[in-house]
Amino acid sequence: MREMTYRDALREALREEMLRDETVFLLGEDVGRYWKGAFKVTKGLAEEFGDERVRDTPISESAIIGVATGAAITGMRPVAEIMFGDLSALAMDQIANQAAKLRYMFGGQTKVPLVIRMPFGAGVNIAAHHSQSLEAWFLHVPGLKIAMPSTPYDAKGLLKTAIRDDNPVMFFEHKLLYSIKGPVPEEEYTVPLGVADVKREGEDVTIFATLYMVHKSLAAAEMLSKQGISAEVVDPRTLVPLDKQAIVDSVKKTGRIVIVTEDCKTGGVSAEIAAVVAEEAIDYLDAPVKRVAEPDTPIPFSPPLEKFVIPDENRIIGAVKEIVR
Amino acid sequence: MTLEKGKMIEVYRKMLEIRRFEEKVYDLYGENLVPGTIHLYAGQEAVAAGVCANLRSDDYITSTHRGHGHCIAKGAQLKRVMAEILGKKTGYCSGKGGSMHIADFSIGMLGATAVVGAGLPIAAGAGLSIRLRKTDQVVACFFGEGASNQGTFHEGINMAAIWKLPVLFVCENNLYAMGTRQSIVMAIENVADRATAYGIPGVVVDGNDVMAVYEAAREAVERARSGKGPTLMECKTYRHKGHSRFDPAAYRPKEEVEEWLKREPITRFRARLLEMKTLTEEEADKIEQEVVVAIEEAVRFALESPYPAPEEALEHVYI
Repeated sequence: MREMTYRDALREALREEMLRDETVFLLGEDVGRYWKGAFKVTKGLAEEFGDERVRDTPISESAIIGVATGAAITGMRPVAEIMFGDLSALAMDQIANQAAKLRYMFGGQTKVPLVIRMPFGAGVNIAAHHSQSLEAWFLHVPGLKIAMPSTPYDAKGLLKTAIRDDNPVMFFEHKLLYSIKGPVPEEEYTVPLGVADVKREGEDVTIFATLYMVHKSLAAAEMLSKQGISAEVVDPRTLVPLDKQAIVDSVKKTGRIVIVTEDCKTGGVSAEIAAVVAEEAIDYLDAPVKRVAEPDTPIPFSPPLEKFVIPDENRIIGAVKEIVR
Repeated sequence: MTLEKGKMIEVYRKMLEIRRFEEKVYDLYGENLVPGTIHLYAGQEAVAAGVCANLRSDDYITSTHRGHGHCIAKGAQLKRVMAEILGKKTGYCSGKGGSMHIADFSIGMLGATAVVGAGLPIAAGAGLSIRLRKTDQVVACFFGEGASNQGTFHEGINMAAIWKLPVLFVCENNLYAMGTRQSIVMAIENVADRATAYGIPGVVVDGNDVMAVYEAAREAVERARSGKGPTLMECKTYRHKGHSRFDPAAYRPKEEVEEWLKREPITRFRARLLEMKTLTEEEADKIEQEVVVAIEEAVRFALESPYPAPEEALEHVYI
């Protein structure tokens, strides 16, 4: 199978959906022909589809999402880009109070087919305003779906599905993933929302991981295998809907779970996953649930400081060894 | 005077419907039949009626927490608006929205938002959708002077201006944002002056003169429909009641209230219609009686309608 980068896979999904459906259009800061997207995801699309459908906006996050929402409830399928996930804070009312709630408040009269793309994650030394992982904010808002692809294959397949979905879908990418390569089929395919993927099978412990942490967990699992510990890595791929069954099934098999996420530990995604395990799989557990997440700090700048707060292979291995003996 | 006779009478009827509707909602609230809170449109009827008289049924509007008048002016059914306010299953939103969140997508009423200022970018987005779908619809976005201090006012109007989107930004300046007088929070007298900053026309209108509102909106709609872009229209008006049902509006000077009541829009329009002989006294009285009957029917429908089943709370989160 051909290999392509996560960035190119995202672009191919956007391009194919724009060709397939003329109501799909892109808007965001610097997504157009001049800058081509802060991470170059939209490169070439303005040239192919024109400036009307690949629309540079002012630095107005609230209006980017509000305008996209207004277009979505009147027949369009916008894909809005927020340049850095941290800046979603500027658009929070339009995301959480408007896009997420219009269908419900209006008794199902409308639908909001909207995708909001944004990169999360630390690791490139750009500090507290450009490095956060804020998925837990959105997990707490009914009406939003959440996709978090960890591979080029999932990125393309999930983005195509998200664009075709009639609900607002938060589509979280990771800065360190844009350049990774992986297999992506030439032929048309989609990845459904709400279906987890077991990225590595194992017997002794389940490692639940999202986005870039999937890769660190896979690296940790490889090292553990050399020490005689067989780890299964479960990537939910979407947090809403969440494939609870896949988590329960894996815990049934291994009896142990380590939850690895890049967001802050308190009130984070890992807390929700731990609660799911407690409610639905506690009888299968042979050891306490372990969580590996960011300590509850903003992301610091200086390389040794940043490295200290981001979960890494050693912390994952340490957590596994606490419950697998 | 560009309004033909039949249209003028229709506008008059809409204004009366809004007024009698709001009076009825006020009374029903007093009888504990309306859950939550309400924000009455009484006093501002000329704005909604004058603007919407220029709109086609496929044109859009966005509305606010003080939105009953916008719904009625755009052509919503009185009975379904009333049923929604009472939290009934037969309401426009099946009881999910209530007074502050009414929508009727079948007539282009894209909904009321209770977050002050949140409707401006959404209206601009509907305008962008019109542009991309290549239709000649327009959007009227209603908001108050208080909303003009939100960032969304700037972001939404600027985006509509740079892309020349077909939107009328209709500011209903009723002088008070809850209890805060405009002069306390703005260093300018006219919200419309802010239009200059976006390179679009800003127009100040007597918002209690429905013909003046109609004329200004007609120009703005023509401009929007012909691709020339948005207009910021400021209608100076006054709410008759407090901000919400239990606000006695003690912060408003008595003389100011009396002065504004003298400029009350419905009495003024009726006098004008009689003076122009568009209507006779008898015809005007007949319309009044018909409106009273229509409101009574709406109330009966709403009162007799069932509440939604409790578990319907779980529906409509996702499609």
